[in-house]
Amino acid sequence: METGAKLISVQNITKTFNKGAVVALKDCSIDIATGEVVAIIGPSGSGKSTLLRCLNLLDIPDSGRICFHDVDITGKKMNIDLHRRKMGMVFQHFNLFPHMTVQKNITLAPLKLGLKTKSEADAQALALLERIGLADKADEYPAMLSGGQKQRIAIIRALAMHPEVMLFDEPTSALDPEMVGEVLDLMYALAKDGMTMAVVTHEMGFAREVAHRVVFMDEGAIVEENEPRAFFTSPRQDRTQKFLAKVLRVM
Amino acid sequence: MSEFFFGSAGFINFNFLPKYGMYFIQGVEYTLLLSVGSVLLAIVPALVLALMRLSKNRLVRGLSGAYIAVFRSTPLLVQLTIIYFGVFYFIKVPNIIIFGFVDLSRFIPGVVALALNSAAYVAEIIRAGILAVDFGQTEAARSLGLSPLQSMRLVVLPQAIKNILPALANEVITMVKESSICSTYGMMEIMWAAKTVSGTTYISVGPFVLAALIYFCINFPAGKAIEAIERRMRRGDRR
Repeated sequence: METGAKLISVQNITKTFNKGAVVALKDCSIDIATGEVVAIIGPSGSGKSTLLRCLNLLDIPDSGRICFHDVDITGKKMNIDLHRRKMGMVFQHFNLFPHMTVQKNITLAPLKLGLKTKSEADAQALALLERIGLADKADEYPAMLSGGQKQRIAIIRALAMHPEVMLFDEPTSALDPEMVGEVLDLMYALAKDGMTMAVVTHEMGFAREVAHRVVFMDEGAIVEENEPRAFFTSPRQDRTQKFLAKVLRVM
Repeated sequence: MSEFFFGSAGFINFNFLPKYGMYFIQGVEYTLLLSVGSVLLAIVPALVLALMRLSKNRLVRGLSGAYIAVFRSTPLLVQLTIIYFGVFYFIKVPNIIIFGFVDLSRFIPGVVALALNSAAYVAEIIRAGILAVDFGQTEAARSLGLSPLQSMRLVVLPQAIKNILPALANEVITMVKESSICSTYGMMEIMWAAKTVSGTTYISVGPFVLAALIYFCINFPAGKAIEAIERRMRRGDRR
């Protein structure tokens, strides 16, 4: 698919929790183009994770449409499982399967969905592990790994499905500080290879250096979006300025 | 004083043993068949009930909830009676004797009644075991494109089993005790042996003291063993 074409289109989605008591998203719209890296930032509770989780319907919006390749995936009769194969997801808490070896974690979905033979899946898992320098951990269980190793394996587990877009939900927030770098490095590399990425993050450095576009959310709404340099040097909205003043001071 | 211990109502009057000891040996076997058999029979229906209980569909959830509520809120003896005389009036089990003393026409209705009762409790055990698995596991599986059923079977259930197995073993212990109720309808388990021996020999208490001893000697070590296994499994978790 050519770079720059619209891959995901979110149209006016609203999401509430607890039967409407908590409004997580208010009329949010955003497009993500093929090859684009979008960083989603904002204070906690601003709805950025919910927006990301709506993209592959881990949270189902109350109203509005989400189109993937111009197909409305929120439709009632839609088989979301088929679309999720093309949307890799990385979680804050890694969510590796603790009862399986690293190798099995990576090969599970390609094997059980009948996309690869056992030997193909194993070869791919090994190649991916070599890429992140963890080939020697193939037969270990996740409990034996550091947080940074777990998260990098979670990333390649998603890559094993050959996704067209990768969704990252605060991928470095649960890591010890000295492990943030190795995960960000892998994400830099992915971005450089042209992977389409949507990243909810508190890493302003990543947003500034890697993202093509920064989206700022507050109270369930998209307040402002811009290319990173303009976003960080001359934010237009009052709320954005206040937020940046707070987070950039501690950097 | 010796009357207290060794008289016809004596606590440790075991004079019946040489002649009737065999009843108790068979009784132990019968009890174990009933309790282990009923819990094993209960597992598959319980799994179905548990999954129904976790369903998004209100009707499906309600059906399972009703089953569990009925079986947990009525006495086992009442359930046994209704199933023994009611359900198995229409289903005829042939009078086949296995192991030389287990009459299937009595055993099958008994084990089915216990299993139906046990299914309600085991369903709750399985449901709790499934809910104890971090929901992030399901989300990770689903976001890889696995179906709800695949996620449950490949990712959640294998982890839930660790929570389920010890509770399931405890359910067997409960059934060892509860199955004593089957003596009411002539199933020759431990309690039946005690009742029969007591009635035949006019030694009123001794046989029941022996029955209590036997139950204790089965359940207490079994309970301790389960605790030990649970402790070891938890240690495995923390690695």
